[in-house]
Amino acid sequence: MDPFLLRKLNTERAARRAVIHLTDLGDGRDRVIREGDPVAGPLGDALASAFRSGKSGLVEAEERSFFLNVHLPPARIVVIGAVHISQALAKMAVVAGFDITIIDPRTAFATEERFTGIDLVADWPEDVLATRPLDAYTALVAVTHDPKIDDFPLSRALATGCFYVGALGSRKTHARRVERLTALGHDEAEIARISAPIGLDIGAASPAEIAVAILADIIASLRRRPLRGDAS
Amino acid sequence: MDVNETLDPLAIAERWMDDGRMVALATVIETWGSAPRPVGSHLVIDGEGHFHGSVSGGCVEGAVIGEAMEVIGDGEPRMLEFGVADETAWRVGLSCGGRIRVYVERVG
Repeated sequence: MDPFLLRKLNTERAARRAVIHLTDLGDGRDRVIREGDPVAGPLGDALASAFRSGKSGLVEAEERSFFLNVHLPPARIVVIGAVHISQALAKMAVVAGFDITIIDPRTAFATEERFTGIDLVADWPEDVLATRPLDAYTALVAVTHDPKIDDFPLSRALATGCFYVGALGSRKTHARRVERLTALGHDEAEIARISAPIGLDIGAASPAEIAVAILADIIASLRRRPLRGDAS
Repeated sequence: MDVNETLDPLAIAERWMDDGRMVALATVIETWGSAPRPVGSHLVIDGEGHFHGSVSGGCVEGAVIGEAMEVIGDGEPRMLEFGVADETAWRVGLSCGGRIRVYVERVG
């Protein structure tokens, strides 16, 4: 393996970009392919398919044998709102293996004491997402109930294609939210991707139970998501 | 630094390389049956036999490390194949089951 490629691979992974480490098993030569890099022919097709499925494996192409090691960014959760539900969700998400970030500009909610050991940012989503953008491997959970805080990240999540977008609120609250998102230029199909009322319907009552419903909903979306590029 | 970064074999390979150590990388490239570690799993080995990560959860690491020392020595990649489908081993709960193919290459 080329040392330069090892560095490149690690840099790309750290930046949450999908990459494939491609090795020609005949002569040991290797390359790092970023998602979207043009590669022609059957090998290009195999790479595109591997980016969609996330599955590493062997590919025979051009009478050569290649190994494709696919590195997709690990799924993470971004929560808008440092509320009671988020406190429970943060703990559960860590156990389930997700990275989680909580964003809330309201400093009364976003305190270190309430979220010990959790990546917590007491700032407006507009500002935080400018430097830490959402991506397709991120679940966006909006739970403040406040349009001033929730709407921007929800709109960004829909535009970015986050694998999960959920928003807390009653059907009435959500109906008004749909009107606002429509005014922002989102179409019906996009808005329909929002899980609202948020979470799987398990009759959750307490904040911790709602957190379970949200986390299960996120896992279902992650494991059953259509391959990227497929018509859904 | 989070847990994943601390334990990530590719991050460790780069760190070892920066420390001036000789490094080999072993990768599971194919599995049959119930293999313990999925395709793409890495074991990183240095010139003194230190290692990190896993290709089988402990079953064949010893053999892979031995081969990796050779690879570090001559720079030639090796393809290794292991089958651990022994019924006796299964009964006493030691078997990895299935078979795996492991590619070992030198970094640099």
